[in-house]
Amino acid sequence: MSKGPEDIKAAWLQILDLVLGLSKFALLAASLLLIYLLAGDSLASWWTPQERNVSPTSNSSLSRQVLAIEDEVENGIHVPTGLIYAEGFEWVRSTCTACHSAKLVTQNRASRAGWLEMIRWMQASQGLWDLGDKEKPILDYLAKHYAPEDIGRRAPLPVEEIEWYILELD
Amino acid sequence: MSLEKKEIDPQTKLDRRGFIHKTSALVLGGLLGAKVVYADNIPASFPLLGLQPTANALPGKHPGLLVLNDRPINAETPAHLLDDSQTPGDKLFVRNNGIPPELDKIDPEQWTLTISGESVRREMSFTLAELKANFSTVSYQLTLECGGNGRKEFNPPAKGNQWTTGAVGSPIWTGVRLRDVLQKVGLKDDAVYVGYYGRDSHISGDPNKTVISRGVPLAKALDDRSLIAWALNDKPIPHLNGYPLRLVFGGFPASCSGKWLERIVVRDQVHDGPKMGGQSYRVPCRPVAPGTKVPDEDMCIIDEMPVKSLISFPKTGATIRLNQELPIRGHAWVGKGSIQEVSYSIDFGATWRSCELEPAANPHAWQDFSARVSFPEPGYYEVWARATDSEGIAQPMLLPGWNPRGYLNNACHRIAVRSVS
Repeated sequence: MSKGPEDIKAAWLQILDLVLGLSKFALLAASLLLIYLLAGDSLASWWTPQERNVSPTSNSSLSRQVLAIEDEVENGIHVPTGLIYAEGFEWVRSTCTACHSAKLVTQNRASRAGWLEMIRWMQASQGLWDLGDKEKPILDYLAKHYAPEDIGRRAPLPVEEIEWYILELD
Repeated sequence: MSLEKKEIDPQTKLDRRGFIHKTSALVLGGLLGAKVVYADNIPASFPLLGLQPTANALPGKHPGLLVLNDRPINAETPAHLLDDSQTPGDKLFVRNNGIPPELDKIDPEQWTLTISGESVRREMSFTLAELKANFSTVSYQLTLECGGNGRKEFNPPAKGNQWTTGAVGSPIWTGVRLRDVLQKVGLKDDAVYVGYYGRDSHISGDPNKTVISRGVPLAKALDDRSLIAWALNDKPIPHLNGYPLRLVFGGFPASCSGKWLERIVVRDQVHDGPKMGGQSYRVPCRPVAPGTKVPDEDMCIIDEMPVKSLISFPKTGATIRLNQELPIRGHAWVGKGSIQEVSYSIDFGATWRSCELEPAANPHAWQDFSARVSFPEPGYYEVWARATDSEGIAQPMLLPGWNPRGYLNNACHRIAVRSVS
């Protein structure tokens, strides 16, 4: 695929133009340096997810590698499920993901009473079994790590998550 | 320096845009003072969203869809991927309650639909070929929106898939009218409701559990544009969206439009299949304060979806020059009636300007809108869109009435735009 040198040049000129126009080149350099120093490794790990660190216990044995990936934890998150890796995690993983994706847990927020209500609803209509003495550690985990945040009547746009891009217009 | 006009290979263009995108994200992040998200600081509420590798694309679906849940599969379409006037099959959201029948075990030649229930004069079955041969084939553009689209914004939060804006689409559906089939079978005078059963299986693995069995009041079932459909945009319906046969009731919560359809029941009462009762697809019959516990008997079934709109171009995060007019595009829809006006605001609702509005292809199809937006000075803006329906009802800017399960959020859609000098 031939990438026209003029295209690249034009793109860079646009960016350069923007930079000069705002006369904040020093701020840019400082910001980039700061980003690199503070989060370089983390950012790099986002962009190359296939190169995530595997647990050091892994060796050349394939099955042991698979086990290691199964247990991979990154930034406090259990990578295969996306669940927060903390006390009670194992009970939540083994119980909740028996039927549904862990994403159904991680995308939800509720108070302790709210999580209990969901458990009762699943027991009443979805075939969830009696959790016995595991109910308390499961509820402790959910209520602690997946509690609601007060976002008011409407949350603002998540400005820090917006991926800014230059829109080319004719 | 001017870039000379020439034919650009689409792939090259994409590459170049990708290049600019990656570079400008960093440049702008540092330059304009936008906060940079550090990996360690990802809030607990967004563990993996937006970071999904494209290798995980769902079968038959665009890799840009955001997978909310992979068992059962639920995925929504980002607003900028809904720019087409008629939604392509690979960009139609997926809201599955159970596990679809395996693709290689579906034989469209052998697929049969049975019409039964206490309010039919006789039970009848039709193969897909018989449906095609015995009834008029019709095509309509019909908008399907999940009742829970927008759930993520409710406070206190509601349980379930946390849809943002993308559980909606408006493809062209082809099939036969449900009415024609019901008339052939013959209805008793006491018929009031029509329900469905599909061939999907329960995620618990229990073969005797019905995943979901909802339906619509008889009047909606007899509507001209209520379809038993086998094609989407002239192609077989995508597997995840109900191949080879499904119901389509435009304007009602999409859960009414049963997928992998194998049985229709005509009822002498409101259908009572799973997810018809309790709190599912229901809202409080009377308004309640946020967080109120509402008894089941005070919850009412959702019928028509409220007025709503979506800005599909540009993608949020666009940076333009101050002297440029920003073209915006999108769609507006409502369950009952039509869209009368779409307006936009760049000052958080202080002033509104009208958009160009196209007529609907047919009732229950969404309507395209467009406008050209100017910005008075450099800076951060949000473009908000607001649709008004033919009864004069407009979208709220804040969240509409809270309800326990988080349905019917039709608050105005908004995108972020930066104007630079």
